[in-house]
Amino acid sequence: MIRSPELPQINLSDLRLAEARALLEHDATFQLPSAEESPVAYVQKILDGLCELSLRDPLTGLSNRRCFNNLLNREIDSVARSGKSVLLLMLDIDYFKKVNDTYGHHAGDLVLQAVAKCLETCVRPLDSVARFGGEEFAAILPNCPTSFGSIVAERIRKAVADLSVVVSPTETIKITISIGGTFAPEWVRSTTALWTERADAQLYRAKSAGRNCVFIEEPLSVSVSADEKGMLFGHFLTDDTASENIANFASNGAHNELDELK
Amino acid sequence: MSDVLNTAQDRVVTPNLPLQLRHKVIAVTSGKGGVGKTFVSANLAAALAKRGLKVLVLDADLGLANLDVVLNLYPKITLHDVFTGKSKLEEAIYKAPGGFSVLLAGSGMVEYSRMTSEVRDSFLHIMEGLVPNYDIVILDTGAGISDVVLFSVSMASEVLLVATPEPTALTDAYATVKVLAAQQKRQTIRMVINQTAKPGDGRAITAQLQLVLDRFVNAGSEHPLSLIHMGDIPADPSVRQAIMRRQLLAQSDPGCPAAQAISQLAKNIDVALLRREG
Ligand SMILES: Nc1ncnc2c1ncn2[C@@H]1O[C@H](COP(=O)(O)OP(=O)(O)OP(=O)(O)O)[C@@H](O)[C@H]1O
Ligand SMILES: [Mg+2]
Repeated sequence: MIRSPELPQINLSDLRLAEARALLEHDATFQLPSAEESPVAYVQKILDGLCELSLRDPLTGLSNRRCFNNLLNREIDSVARSGKSVLLLMLDIDYFKKVNDTYGHHAGDLVLQAVAKCLETCVRPLDSVARFGGEEFAAILPNCPTSFGSIVAERIRKAVADLSVVVSPTETIKITISIGGTFAPEWVRSTTALWTERADAQLYRAKSAGRNCVFIEEPLSVSVSADEKGMLFGHFLTDDTASENIANFASNGAHNELDELK
Repeated sequence: MSDVLNTAQDRVVTPNLPLQLRHKVIAVTSGKGGVGKTFVSANLAAALAKRGLKVLVLDADLGLANLDVVLNLYPKITLHDVFTGKSKLEEAIYKAPGGFSVLLAGSGMVEYSRMTSEVRDSFLHIMEGLVPNYDIVILDTGAGISDVVLFSVSMASEVLLVATPEPTALTDAYATVKVLAAQQKRQTIRMVINQTAKPGDGRAITAQLQLVLDRFVNAGSEHPLSLIHMGDIPADPSVRQAIMRRQLLAQSDPGCPAAQAISQLAKNIDVALLRREG
């Protein structure tokens, strides 16, 4: 029996857990709960497993679109509050249909998996990569200075172009991706729909420009630097304590993740 | 005035209210919340109405602009009903106590505060139907620089930026100016400094903001941005009292310093924007 203040008592034997357990069994990465565990722990593990399952793309193991939208919303919040610079990339495999048509769907799957793995190794631990749908991927790079946008995207593009994917014992193929990107306008509360729409527009430009290339929207520069703040409040300064306070208020913290980007 | 917005690059939003309509629209914005946008919007509207103008105030933060609270108006039909097609636009327009009209968003609009292309289109459509009937339409935008706020601002040829002398409000006002300069290539922004301690403070603050802009934003820019000081409103206990009573200053304490400052602001706007003499 499970007791909880809000819920009526639940009898575990009334729950149909077998189906959920079966779903999780298909996924080798899960530690299935054993029948000896306490009922609460057992159900909790099944629930955790299902949550995990609902946020992950089964083929590539990347976050799926649902998970990605959650992450995007979180970044939008932090951008609006902190004015930090966050880059959203949309990445699409070029001529993917040809791979499927020429080498079969299994080869297509292998290509998707290879690209997913490559993307994951290209980014920092704090970045997120997701399979957005079909052969389209997306990446969020928090705390990415606008001047680094093209450098990072270009590095990813090149890493994929350098891949050789073994699709059968006798065949190895080369693939390329096109990348479109846009920074969340600093200080601006955007929406997931608008932000991805803007990144998609850049991806479209990359496709139109011949593919295997990167287009990043020219970012808005609206950060307020310590110098600007200093000058803004300059006329309020009457004594040294005030100036010290304002200097503290104005100084921007250093972010060491930046070094990893380069 | 040159058509600055038509040359704006499409970034977050696409402004496309016809120019002759945009000329009648003033967006009241601030960056930081709680600095007095709604108070200014409502009382300025009353003061402009008193000068014989036909004025409408619209809750352009789609339900977050707290205009209903300031005006003590809780209408049955709101912008939300117009958006959903339940009511006609005319039915959602109410007379406020100060002799001007209001269009309130209604709490249902909060879900639209996440801007999508559909919301944008219906908003534009509503503005196209609305603006021709008034001399001035005031958009009370919300706190922060959201897509909704930027979009409302893009429908206005004039921006009235409300700030207070507090450092955080000034930083946010400055950031807002930078966003507007970059995103919409604006050439002028009109400043109102609210809650000032003594005469002259507001003008000094605007001048200081301009100096920082000239040094960090305007230097080498093809579209130098100038701030025009439109007026100060002193910190005045009558404002709080009026708001607590859910009244306009003109009703609760027409002679108080803040009320006088608002009348002066209305006159300055009338002269500057409508080219009418005081
Ligand atoms: N000149 C003034 N003197 C004294 N108090 C003032 C003055 N102006 C505004 N206030 C106070 O500031 C409060 C906030 O004002 P208001 O609601 O208009 O701000 P706002 O910018 O619209 O806020 P929000 O960002 O939440 O929409 C008022 O309730 C009032 O008490
Ligand atoms: Mg307000």
